[in-house]
Parts: sequence; structure tokens; C-alpha cells
Amino acid sequence: MELLAIFISAILINNFVLHYFLGICPFLGVSKKIDSAVSMGLAVTFVMTITAVVSWIINHWILIPKKLEYLQIVSFILVIASLVQLVEMFIRKASPPLYQALGIYLPLITTNCAIMGLALLAVLKEYKFLETVIFGFGSGIGFTLAIVLMAGIREQLELADVPEPLKGAGISLIVAGIMALAFTGFSGMIK
Amino acid sequence: MTNILWPIITMGALGLLFSIGLVLAYKKLRVEEDPRVVKISEVLPQANCGACGYSGCRAFAEAVVKGEASPNGCPVGGGEASEQIADILGVKVEDTAKKVARVLCRGSLEAAKDRGFYTGISTCAAAHLIGGNKQCSFGCLGFGDCARACPFDAIEMGKDGLPVISEEKCTACGICVEECPRDIIELYPVSQDILVFCRSRDKAALSRKFCKNACIACGICVRACPEGIILEDNLAKIADYSKIKEEHIPAIEKCPTKAIGRISQE
Repeated sequence: MELLAIFISAILINNFVLHYFLGICPFLGVSKKIDSAVSMGLAVTFVMTITAVVSWIINHWILIPKKLEYLQIVSFILVIASLVQLVEMFIRKASPPLYQALGIYLPLITTNCAIMGLALLAVLKEYKFLETVIFGFGSGIGFTLAIVLMAGIREQLELADVPEPLKGAGISLIVAGIMALAFTGFSGMIK
Repeated sequence: MTNILWPIITMGALGLLFSIGLVLAYKKLRVEEDPRVVKISEVLPQANCGACGYSGCRAFAEAVVKGEASPNGCPVGGGEASEQIADILGVKVEDTAKKVARVLCRGSLEAAKDRGFYTGISTCAAAHLIGGNKQCSFGCLGFGDCARACPFDAIEMGKDGLPVISEEKCTACGICVEECPRDIIELYPVSQDILVFCRSRDKAALSRKFCKNACIACGICVRACPEGIILEDNLAKIADYSKIKEEHIPAIEKCPTKAIGRISQE
């Protein structure tokens, strides 16, 4: 039950993009087409889940026993950077068109603050191993949900008659704001 | 001393571990790359500006190797980059005649009569769906889809409701050609300065009513240069530009509706 609560909370209530406002860069950058938004979401989900696992292991098996907690950020960066490299290599091999579609945003997952935020938040919330895994996976799904919703809206926006000064980034940010507002409706669902 | 040793050891060990992992993964997942793509990437400016129409310098390099893009497609790198690229590919940059997009309609707000008052979505694509706002069903709709589509800001909507294309900024990428629902934008060599500025295939009686500058297929230009210009579907057509000589031009410019003639140099 506890795990389910963490999962749902990570997706809807404490959504990384719409609640914490982390990971805005790919959220705005790759949300022009639903297809690439889905793949971006899945790539981030993968990196988030594995990051959660590996960072938990490093934190609990190495850093805490040696009283080196102050190295958390550095070692998490190491984990994230290596994982993203791995994902990049894998996607490049497995699906060149997807590699093309994600473009510069794929290596930029490295600097995606949502992932760093996830690793640090998991420490802050003192999650146990399984909880951390669920938290990581749920956050990834939450990111995917947000970016796919955004892509769906932006595909429609292409057809809309947007006032000249708001075209492009302006209307995207407004939409993102309204989405975040809508997601506050979920707050309080789980204590 | 130990409290500085441990962090060094742990971080060093972690770094080493991950790098070994990545090296192993790289061996497994390595993608064979065309060495030419790498070389071309190196001579490109690496600004990833997208001015070539591709998502970045790398994508452009791949397109060049595949033959989809021309070696001189990078406007930022200019002639220097294109020469180097051509060297890598082992081809010569042909001095291909620079092309520009031309608007083949002179149905300005003043010249072409409106069919009614259009209040729908103000894009050409939308207006075209209901047959447009002008009586002429072949001419420019004037909502500027081409100007918005142009990645180089080469197109501006003029005061007369027609797009104006800057010869200097136009790179002949062809995006506007595709964007225009009425197909009135086409690519022509810069040097070709006689064009038919009308696409109306309506009968002369109709097109004369619809637009002051419509081709009415009177045949004056055809008589001026029968080898170069023909009539087809109620419309004059330049069949062979090379046959149009300087001496023909004054006669061609007698066109009563100015539907054929020199590109106005404004």
C-alpha cells in the first residue's frame, strides 16, 4: 500500500515537471511531436529508475558506512553521466531514427535536473531500497505523462491562431503553467 | 590524513568502475560510422543553428554524405566549408546557378477582386479549403503562410498583400514552395528575369474579371517569341527560357495585363 502511494504520488501529485518544476528543458524541447515525446519520456524513465537503484546502492553501501555523505552530489553525477552515455550508445545502436529525433536532448538528460533531483530527494525522504526503485520508476512515468500531454497540446496548438507575441516559447510556457495549475488538483489525494 | 584518503579512494574507484563499464558497453554497442560524416562534421562550424534545414551540423553532414543535401548547403560555413566538404567527398562544387523562389502571382489587394469578406482562420491553408477569399481560385491568398514558413526570414508580406522574397536571403530551400497551397511559388535561377506572373487557368473572360494582372492568353508574348513561349490551358508558359533573347523583351513587355515580364526590381 505504501509503495502504491509512493508510485501514484510520484506520477500525479509530486510530478517532477509540474510540481517540482524540474526537467523543464526537455519538457519544452522535445514536446513538439508525440512520438519523440514518448521516446524521450521512456529514455528518462529508464535513466531515472536505474539512477535511483545505483545511487541508493552507492549511498547506502559506500557513502553512509564511510561517512562520506557530502560526496552524494558528485557521485550521483557520475552515475547519471555514465548511465546517459550508456543509453545514448544503446539507442544509437538500436534505433538510429530515434537517435535523430531526440538529437541534442538525449545527451542533455545528463544535465536534466529532474534526475539529480530524484536521486537527492530519495535520500532526503529516507526511502528504503524498494521504495526508491518505485519512486524512480514512478517519477519517470510522471515525466513521460507530462511531456506526452504537453506534446499532445502543442500538436493542437500548431493549428491555433496564437497572438503574434506569444508564438513559440510564450504559449508553451503558458500551457505548462496551466498544466501545473491543473495538477495541483491532485494534491491532498494522498497524505 | 585518512579522512581525505577515503573520499579519493571511493570516488576514484567509482569512476574507474563506471568507465570500465562504459568501455565494455562501447565495445558491444559501437556503431560503425561513415568516416566521411565525421570528417565533414569537423569542417562544419558546429553552431548547430539549423540554418541548413537539418537539426544540426551532424545531421547535415549525414545528409550530405547520403546525397540528400548539397555540399554548399551550409550558409554559415559558406564557400570555405563547401569547398572542404567537396574535397572530402571527392566532388567539385559545381557553380550551379543560384536559384531563388519567385512568386508567380500579381494579384495584389488592388488588382484582384475579393469574393467576399473572409473571417476564418488567417492562414492560406485554411482559406484555401473554402476556395479562398479572392475571386481568382489560382492566385495568392495573401495570408503569409510562406513568410511564416521561411526559416531564413527571406519572405515578407508586402503592403499589396503579396509576398516579397529577398533574393539575398533566399537559399532556395523550397519550404515555401511546398507550403503554398496554391503552388504559386517556384524556384527559378536568379538569372531568369522573364517570368509569367499568373497561374490562372480560367478562361480569359473570367480571369479578366477576377484580376487586373491575370494572363488572358491573348498571345502577344507568344507572337513576340514563338520559340520560347507557348500558350497552355489559357495561360502563357515559358517553354524555353534560353530562346528568349534581349530583342524579344520589349515586345513581350507589351503584355496588356503585365502578367508576363521582368521581375520588378524594387
